[in-house]
Amino acid sequence: MDLGPHAAFIIASYAIVAVVMIGLVAWLILDGWRHQRALDALEARGVRRRSRAEDSAR
Amino acid sequence: MQTTAQNLTNRIANPTRFLSLSATLLPWIGGLAGVLIAYGLYLAFFSAPPDYQQGQTVKIMFIHVPSAWLAMGIYLLVAISSFGLLVFRHPLADVSAKAAVPLGAAFTFLALVTGALWGRPMWGAYWVWDARLTSVLILFFLYLGLMALRSSLDDEALAGRLTAILALVGIVLLPIIKFSVDWWNTLHQPASVLRLGGPSIHSSILVPLLVMAAGFALAFVAMHLMAMRNEILRRRVKALTLAEVSRTGASLSAGAKG
Repeated sequence: MDLGPHAAFIIASYAIVAVVMIGLVAWLILDGWRHQRALDALEARGVRRRSRAEDSAR
Repeated sequence: MQTTAQNLTNRIANPTRFLSLSATLLPWIGGLAGVLIAYGLYLAFFSAPPDYQQGQTVKIMFIHVPSAWLAMGIYLLVAISSFGLLVFRHPLADVSAKAAVPLGAAFTFLALVTGALWGRPMWGAYWVWDARLTSVLILFFLYLGLMALRSSLDDEALAGRLTAILALVGIVLLPIIKFSVDWWNTLHQPASVLRLGGPSIHSSILVPLLVMAAGFALAFVAMHLMAMRNEILRRRVKALTLAEVSRTGASLSAGAKG
């Protein structure tokens, strides 16, 4: 595929978009994983949300 | 119709229900976004012909235009969410606004950078102080300002309300961006897809553009749902940490009295 005389600009554009979008998804996955781990650790220590505590008391 | 919409809004207003619903939807939306972007890339690189004026640099438009549309669309979502927080005090409105802002900043950045990389070979300059480019740069700074304002205050409720007010004030920028090419004499070309009288682009270039735009939009929806889920989890971690600290403090003071 011949991208013509401005191939470098086209490739750079797509590369930057790919890096930013993959970076966003990676950040979101890692952030979610970090919060879920913190939440699990708190719940393992017996700290529960009111609604969860009420559910387990029933 | 309105009652159905209200029922849906009320049903997902509960964060726990939102987490469950979004967990079901996320793989489908993310998967469809991936398929559309892959198909759009195939069309862009193996089907779309070079433009008679731009040559192969028209390929940059397939990522520049969706990024620019999202930059504005996400800001509209931030403003609607801010309105929902200030007027209806919807429990997820602030979560939605906070989650969307960094994504909006990212897509605005992509619109600016890909536009600059298109501008150099086509206009002979990466940047010109043209009304469209300058107003989009201001939008980028507005997104950064919203993030800075929110993170500068410890009181999260107050930060949410102040950010929402700034977001609503900033909505005046959207019509300025949209109509800047009509109101001022700009180097940036006028609208060629979203215009009265229909698109002025040939279908061989319009179809890949619309497929990429749909893929980008769905990718944003998936990322927004992920960011909202993360924000709900972050708030729960914070609330439980505070509950643990106060419980420990109470048991310590009871032990000291005993």
